[in-house]
Amino acid sequence: MPKRTDINSILVIGSGPIVIGQAAEFDYAGTQACIALKEEGYRVILVNSNPATIMTDTEIADAVYIEPLTLEFVSRIIRKERPDALVPTLGGQTGLNLAVELAKSGVLEECGVEILGTKLSAIEQAEDRDLFRTLMNDLNEPVPESEIIHNLEEAYKFVEVVGYPVIVRPAFTLGGTGGGICHDEEELIEIVTSGLKNSPVTQCLLEKSIAGFKEIEYEVMRDSNDNAIVVCNMENIDPVGVHTGDSIVVAPSMTLSDREYQLLRNTSLKIIRALGIEGGCNVQLALDPYSFNYYIIEVNPRVSRSSALASKATGYPIAKLAAKIAVGLTLDEMMNPVTGKTYACFEPALDYIVTKIPRWPFDKFESANRSLGTQMKATGEVMAIGRTFEESLLKAIRSLEANVFHLALNDADEIDNELLEKRIRKAGDERLFYIGEALRRGVTIETIHEWSQIDLFFLNKMARIITFEKALATVPFDAEMGRKAKEMGFADSVLAELWNATEIEVYNWRKEQNIIPVYKMVDTCAAEFESETPYFYGTYEDENESIVTDRKSVVVLGSGPIRIGQGIEFDYSTVHAVWAIREAGYEAIIINNNPETVSTDFSISDKLYFEPLTIEDVMHIIDLEKPEGVVVQFGGQTAINLASKLVERGVKILGTSLEDLDRAENRDKFEHALTNLNIPQPKGKTALSVEEAIEIATEIGYPVLVRPSYVLGGRAMEIVYKEEELLHYMKNAVKVNPEHPVLIDRYLTGKEIEVDAICDGETVVIPGIMEHIERAGVHSGDSIAVYPPQSISNVLREKLVDYTMKLAKGLGIVGLLNIQYVVAKEEVYVLEVNPRSSRTVPFLSKITNVPMAKIATKVILGQSLKQQGYESGLVPEKSGVYVKVPVFSFAKLRRVDITLGPEMKSTGEVMGKDSTLEKALYKGLVASGMKIPNFGTVLMTVADKDKEEALQLAQRFVSIGYRLMATSGTAQFLQDAGIPVKVVDKIGSEGPNLIDVIRNGEAQFILNTFSKGKQPARDGFRIRRESVENGIPCLTSLDTAEAILRVLESMNFSAEAMDKQVEKREAVLS
Amino acid sequence: MKKQLILEDGTVFVGEGFGSNSPSIGEVVFNTGMTGYQEILSDPSYCGQIVTLTYPLIGNYGINRDDFESITPAISGFIVKEAADFPSNWRSETSLDEYFKIKNIPGIAGIDTRKLTRIIRQYGTLKGAICNMEENVDSVIEKLRATHLRNDQVKQVSTKTPYPSPGRGNRVVLVDFGMKHGILRELNKRDCDVIVVPYNTTAEEILNLSPDGVMLSNGPGDPKDVPEAITMIQGLLGKVPLFGICLGHQLFALACGANTEKMKFGHRGSNHPVKDLTTGKVALTSQNHGYAVEPDSIVGTKLEVTHIALNDGTIEGLKHKDVPAFTVQYHPEASPGPEDANHLFERFLQMIESKKQEGAYTCQSVQI
Repeated sequence: MPKRTDINSILVIGSGPIVIGQAAEFDYAGTQACIALKEEGYRVILVNSNPATIMTDTEIADAVYIEPLTLEFVSRIIRKERPDALVPTLGGQTGLNLAVELAKSGVLEECGVEILGTKLSAIEQAEDRDLFRTLMNDLNEPVPESEIIHNLEEAYKFVEVVGYPVIVRPAFTLGGTGGGICHDEEELIEIVTSGLKNSPVTQCLLEKSIAGFKEIEYEVMRDSNDNAIVVCNMENIDPVGVHTGDSIVVAPSMTLSDREYQLLRNTSLKIIRALGIEGGCNVQLALDPYSFNYYIIEVNPRVSRSSALASKATGYPIAKLAAKIAVGLTLDEMMNPVTGKTYACFEPALDYIVTKIPRWPFDKFESANRSLGTQMKATGEVMAIGRTFEESLLKAIRSLEANVFHLALNDADEIDNELLEKRIRKAGDERLFYIGEALRRGVTIETIHEWSQIDLFFLNKMARIITFEKALATVPFDAEMGRKAKEMGFADSVLAELWNATEIEVYNWRKEQNIIPVYKMVDTCAAEFESETPYFYGTYEDENESIVTDRKSVVVLGSGPIRIGQGIEFDYSTVHAVWAIREAGYEAIIINNNPETVSTDFSISDKLYFEPLTIEDVMHIIDLEKPEGVVVQFGGQTAINLASKLVERGVKILGTSLEDLDRAENRDKFEHALTNLNIPQPKGKTALSVEEAIEIATEIGYPVLVRPSYVLGGRAMEIVYKEEELLHYMKNAVKVNPEHPVLIDRYLTGKEIEVDAICDGETVVIPGIMEHIERAGVHSGDSIAVYPPQSISNVLREKLVDYTMKLAKGLGIVGLLNIQYVVAKEEVYVLEVNPRSSRTVPFLSKITNVPMAKIATKVILGQSLKQQGYESGLVPEKSGVYVKVPVFSFAKLRRVDITLGPEMKSTGEVMGKDSTLEKALYKGLVASGMKIPNFGTVLMTVADKDKEEALQLAQRFVSIGYRLMATSGTAQFLQDAGIPVKVVDKIGSEGPNLIDVIRNGEAQFILNTFSKGKQPARDGFRIRRESVENGIPCLTSLDTAEAILRVLESMNFSAEAMDKQVEKREAVLS
Repeated sequence: MKKQLILEDGTVFVGEGFGSNSPSIGEVVFNTGMTGYQEILSDPSYCGQIVTLTYPLIGNYGINRDDFESITPAISGFIVKEAADFPSNWRSETSLDEYFKIKNIPGIAGIDTRKLTRIIRQYGTLKGAICNMEENVDSVIEKLRATHLRNDQVKQVSTKTPYPSPGRGNRVVLVDFGMKHGILRELNKRDCDVIVVPYNTTAEEILNLSPDGVMLSNGPGDPKDVPEAITMIQGLLGKVPLFGICLGHQLFALACGANTEKMKFGHRGSNHPVKDLTTGKVALTSQNHGYAVEPDSIVGTKLEVTHIALNDGTIEGLKHKDVPAFTVQYHPEASPGPEDANHLFERFLQMIESKKQEGAYTCQSVQI
């Protein structure tokens, strides 16, 4: 069927900020879809609140709106743009929910907007538990015994019938927010209550647990002519019970016979036909390991995380084809973009093994509950491809960048057998490695199977790795065993450890022995047809298919899995760098391992190597491709960390040199450089012992910022206000010794400023300066950033420009740099310089129309800024105000303290843009998910040090009609100042207390500032968690509260009574 | 034990032997299915062939009692990247290695099967040998080039004597050219009263069994090597509804005056899209054939092309314009592979029913 010609313009809804359960995969899907629709000649209107995406680049759609994804704002866009149609299935659950909301509000009908692709009725049938169960019953397809419940009483009734354990799945939520498995009444109360709160329709599904079944997924597509295909099937190594986003997944399925495969395939196709899906769809099934019995777990009638994985695992671009199906094209008339010769209506055949491992944020959140269940906790994932399962698994492990390179965990040998068993029985993020340890201790695979229910097939493979490892250790530098080890995916670092050698010795030895990998193509068809797709993976076999061309090439290192602190922004820059390299006439080669991203779409670069980002894997590609050089400054810390090893091996780093990178990152060298440039930084010293730390702190004066020198990204960084706190920190948070010094800096209370710039050695272009709402001390990634700065003088602005130019040139930057300053008492201090692409590059590039990553790449390739038409200095400021608001995923991470501090905690960001700061902030806050009611109650519990400042805020809240509640201390303070406040009892007191206020939704905002002590038992911690659990904004920084106040004040007309002028009147009368 | 795989183009692969230790020569072909190795190894259509599987992990779910497509495998060998040493599935009874030892089939593992597939794709199907390391490569290549592979595969795999597989429904005579059990299973599932007959049964002998329909099975090799079947089909045309699969389809085409040709490397796998020219819909099908009906040869015959392969446009389905007979090049019985085309068995039974109606009507009018 040819494409629709009765529609001209199409609205695409994106998925908004990156949160756990909804990440970069929707940038990949949305970008593909927008490009596909443009390709077909439609006018594409895109709305997405996330500035860090490729999707929101102005080239991707005809009109790009970076606006809040709410009914209010999207309706406005619809009324303005009058699109003919809307595609709802590309923006994840957010896009889908919003489309439903738009339809229900009547705006689509009002403006004559047609929903393309899968119809809303089908979406509701798939998403609404009740409708879905009815459909499954009609189709005679089994679903686990379940009951829709709306309150706790109904939950009790269900449990009385089926017994424990039961699974709780809240309706219409992302990544299973608020769900879980309940084994007893206590868990039932907790999880059901939170599930009901999280569900926008206050509805949960209670389901009989089928934990232990095999979890199998089918990625299916269907067109309007009823052609239906399976793109990929996947098997979760973790059986049912762990959210698929938190499971280790392999593709294709490995323990299913053809009969089982076809049984589930038939079911999946039957379901999408019954639903009338037009586009992509994900079907999750549970298969009994001991019979043909199966259950349908759920159906996602849209592109998803799994479809992104399936696309990368097979090469088949699901989102692109789903978009084309939406406009009427059918699978049998579209070509398979991979082969270019065959049609899209077929099922990819894999001739390799794909393994996906999630990347969890527990390195950042050490207090978090690390057990895995039905609520997703991972922020990102890695994928690896190999010709054996072992190779695929071990490659995926070393792609994680979690300081693991093998089926082994540091210090795992220290835990006792009992704990080991416990950690294997209860799935957690490190279970895989504990299994490795158990195997090393001689526990049989049968026993481990009994503990974990993981299929013996996978356990046997893991056991083979361990057995081989033991044999390997006895034969250092044996060529045959060495080759076999590499075929099994062992990393050089593991061989080095086993053979008591260095990694580079192993690498060099292998080259001598000619034990080097070949590269095979991912071609969707197992080599049946000739393909020219430049998508490769490495393996140890005979034939290499990656042909090196005569063209000069440049290698770009990607940023690996999405994690807190290194998000989608770095993929954005990577993609722009690749585009710029191609534009400059070089062959652009990218190495990355993240299946969710745009950068690993094979149509972006000239060559894509889907490989781990470790030195050996990168070097193999460089050995083969012999590029002009490697670009490391766009791939975040991942790529930067490889720079020194690359240089050691004679590889040329393009852009800022290794020496200069090191100067910016090494504290002593940096300090030296600053002194030379005459630029101030906060006083600080390095302490090698506890005593020394106290001495230094006393000398420079409290408060001080303390952090270990050996970790990056703000981990274990803290602000301490007095000596006893410092002692506590030194004893508990770090192990200080001469090898692991602790850095102690003066903590300056001031305004934090962030600047991004591009330098070619002579010219320094500063696209923009951003001011943070939260004062220094809150990680820049967690602060609200405002462009242009609203409260700094021209003198300061000039100083910032001057310092930035000096630093860029003085540090020898060629390419991008990011500087964080603090302004205290009209003096500017440098906090840190990052000699690389930063989190704010996409935000600034979009606002200022200065494509920073692209310009920087061209600089790196030798084209000066002048040649590109740029002059030194600050680019003239754009009109309007733009704010970047961080978005957190705290609801998904139990036991994590949400207090903002020097450690970054946010997972994503949104942009708010308007003519004034207040309007921009309003949009930003709403886009980040905050509800801003213009009346209500604020619950205040503030630390003593903040009380004075909080008083002002309290007053302002009262004057716009907000009521105040506070705990006794804070309340007393407010009352003394004459501010009306209702006293709320502290936690633990008899009768209704603070927790009840939160649970009953009596407060609309909670203002809680941090008091010392990181033990979760503290009341402050409980208040903050309760607010997250109950979806009430909890402000832990007075600055954020002030910003919200500004918004509220601008929204509210004042409510002041007329002055009575009583005295004057009396005077007149008398 | 190390073994070598030697191809007639001179390529040598070294791998690890499994299964039987005996040497083997055959036509080397590849199959792209990711599941279904047990069905593939027991599919009689692979008689005389050494099959390489493009999916690298083979034997994962073991060998079970149920999934055989014949009692005795006719395959000449298996080439894999990895033969699982530890199968895992509730139905698994033995490993690939043990089963191959029992059935005396040689296998070779540890091969870069993707490289091999690419060779076959470029060179076309070629002869190869699995042999011990002691064998001299040059002499094996010479021998391979000189060898004419047997062309009586149908005779080897067809049943020697007729046998019934009773049911209460329509009587279907199933001509066994190397029949997969799946075809019989599909007919029995529909309560057909099946009589399986050898490939060289004559039309008269078949008609004497009073069939309501005749099913022409799949089978190995070149259809032109079974001329007796062509004569038989010609004798049945118009007398009884016909349904043919794979080799049965090619024999039917030849019987109707069309021609067949050898394909470069054939279609073998579980993901072949076939377009139904009547409905415009695509079915994903299981295929295993090295020959195809020549499109130009249809001109002037009573045949109509009903299905084509979406990717290369080759003929995948035919029907006779005048008499009730249709055939497909692919495998509606699946096993292994997708069951999208399973409804063709219904179509066959509907054809039988309408033929019966027509017959009844004719009889009635005669009586009047």
